[in-house]
Amino acid sequence: MTGTATGRIVVAGASMGGLRAAEQLRAAGWTGAVTVVGDEPHMPYNRPPLSKEVLAGKAPFESLAFTPKAAAADVEWRLGTKVVAARLDRRTATLDDGSSLPYDGLVVATGMRPRRLRCPGPLTGRHTVRTLADAQGLRRELTRPGVRVVVVGAGFIGCEVAATAVGLGVTEVTVVDPLPLPMVGPLGELLARALLKRHEERGVRFALGVGVSGFEGDGGGQGVGGADGGRVTGVRLADGRVLPADVVVESVGSVANVEWLDGNELDLTDGVLTDEHLRVGGRPEVVAVGDVARFPNARYDGVPRRVEHWSIPTDTAKHAAKALVAHLSGTEGESTPFAPLPTFWSDQHEFRLQSFGAPVLGRDDVRVLDGDPDGDVLVGYHVDGRLVGVVALGGHTTAMGAARYRAQLLKQPALTS
Amino acid sequence: MKVVVDMNKCQDHGQCVFAAPDVFSLDADGRLAYAPDPDDALRDEVEEAADVCPLQAIRIED
Ligand SMILES: Cc1cc2nc3c(=O)[nH]c(=O)nc-3n(C[C@H](O)[C@H](O)[C@H](O)COP(=O)(O)OP(=O)(O)OC[C@H]3O[C@@H](n4cnc5c(N)ncnc54)[C@H](O)[C@@H]3O)c2cc1C
Repeated sequence: MTGTATGRIVVAGASMGGLRAAEQLRAAGWTGAVTVVGDEPHMPYNRPPLSKEVLAGKAPFESLAFTPKAAAADVEWRLGTKVVAARLDRRTATLDDGSSLPYDGLVVATGMRPRRLRCPGPLTGRHTVRTLADAQGLRRELTRPGVRVVVVGAGFIGCEVAATAVGLGVTEVTVVDPLPLPMVGPLGELLARALLKRHEERGVRFALGVGVSGFEGDGGGQGVGGADGGRVTGVRLADGRVLPADVVVESVGSVANVEWLDGNELDLTDGVLTDEHLRVGGRPEVVAVGDVARFPNARYDGVPRRVEHWSIPTDTAKHAAKALVAHLSGTEGESTPFAPLPTFWSDQHEFRLQSFGAPVLGRDDVRVLDGDPDGDVLVGYHVDGRLVGVVALGGHTTAMGAARYRAQLLKQPALTS
Repeated sequence: MKVVVDMNKCQDHGQCVFAAPDVFSLDADGRLAYAPDPDDALRDEVEEAADVCPLQAIRIED
C-alpha cells in the first residue's frame, strides 16, 4: 500500500449499505481510518422486519441490530449526524454540526426515504414505513381497537403492511392503487392476480385502478400540514368515493437521499449514477452502494438501474470496496464488471414470495414452471425465450423450488450477448 | 470454527445454503440443517452465509 493507507474513507449513511461498506473496506485491505456518518440515532439495523415482525410486535429492536464484523471494530461511527454537502473537487464532506470532514475516499450509502403524496388534507394520522421510529409509531396506531386502515400503494411494502395489520386483528384494511393489481410492476399480471386473491381471501379489501385525490380531516379546514386540517378521517379517491380511515399508510415508492451531493455535476436523476464498478461521476475515489446506487448490471442489458433489494447493499459493498481500495492503494488492474444476481423476498400473511434474477425484464413472457397460481406456484420470466427471472409464491418449500432455477440463472450468458 | 444458528430467528430462507453448501442444507420439509463444527477452510463461505441471512441468525464463534 502507498501512503494513502493512512488516509480516511468517509461513508455517508449508516444502514446496511454503510455497515457492509465499512466491513468490506477492511476485507479489501484498507488500514486507514473509516468514518461512518449516519443521521439516524441507531447503529445499523435490519429493515425488512419493520413492515412484518416489528409491526406485528414480534421483534424487539435488539433482534434487528446487525453485529458488525470484528475486523470493523475500529470504525468510527458518527450517529445522529447528517452529511449536508460534499465538495468532490476538494474531497470534503460537510456535516450538520458545521464541521467539515476531509476524505481520501467517499462511499455514498444514503439510501432512500419514502415518497409522500402531495394532495390536500391533514398530515396527522398519515404514516410511512422506512425507519424503526416509523414502524413503532405505526404499531401504536394499529393496535388501537376498531381502527380503520387505508394503505395507499399496493407495492411490496403496502402489501406487507396490509397483511400484518390483518394479522394484528384489524378488521378494516383497504389498499388503494391506481394500477389494476397489487405488485403488478415487479411481478407481472399472472402472479399479481394470484396475490390479489390471497389477500382478499384473508380479509384485505382493495380499491384498484383509482388514485387518491385528497385526505379528509376532523379539523374543519382543508389545510395541508394538519394544523387546520386536524387528523385524517378519510381518503378521497379520484372517482369521488371517500374511504373512512383512522390511519393512513403511504407506501407509494421512495426518493433517493442525494441532495447533499448537489453541485458536483453528477447525474442524480434517480439515485446516483455509477459505472460498472460502482464509481460515481468518473471519480475513482467516490463509490456508491445499496439502494441509492444506479448501476449497470453486466448480467443484463447495461442499462443503469437502482435495485431496492436487501441483497444489494452487501453485493455492491463488496465490489465497490475492492474498487475503491485498489484505487487508493495504487493497485488497480483489470477487474470484472459488477454483475449481481438480484434476489428478493416478501412475507405476506403465511406465504412467501421469493424472487431470483430480474423478472421485471421478462414481464411480457411469463410461464408457470411448476404448480398452479391458486396454490403453490413457480413462475419463469423470459426475454427472447431466455429465462431472466423466477418467482415463487406459496409456502416455504416453494421457495426451494425457485432456488433450483438459481443456478440456471447464474449460468446464463449476459442478456446483451 | 463454531457455527451457531438461532433457530428461533431462522425462517428457512435458504440463502446460507447457496453461500456455504458444505455447511448448511434444507431438508425435505424445507427446514434448515447445519454442521456446527465446520473445517476452518470454510470460514469465508460461512462468513458469506452469515452476511446473506435475512434474519441475521448465523453467528460464528472461534
Ligand atoms: C419496511 C421495509 C421492508 C423491506 N422488506 C424487504 C424484503 O422483505 N425483502 C427485500 O429484499 N428487501 C426489503 N427491503 C429493502 C431493504 O431493506 C433495502 O434494500 C435496504 O435497507 C437498503 O439499504 P441501504 O443501506 O442502501 O439504504 P437505507 O437502509 O435506506 O439506509 C440509508 C441510511 O442513510 C441515512 N441517511 C440518508 N441521508 C443521509 C445524510 N445526508 N447523512 C447521513 N445519513 C443519511 C438514512 O437515514 C439511513 O439510515 C425493505 C425495506 C423497507 C423500508
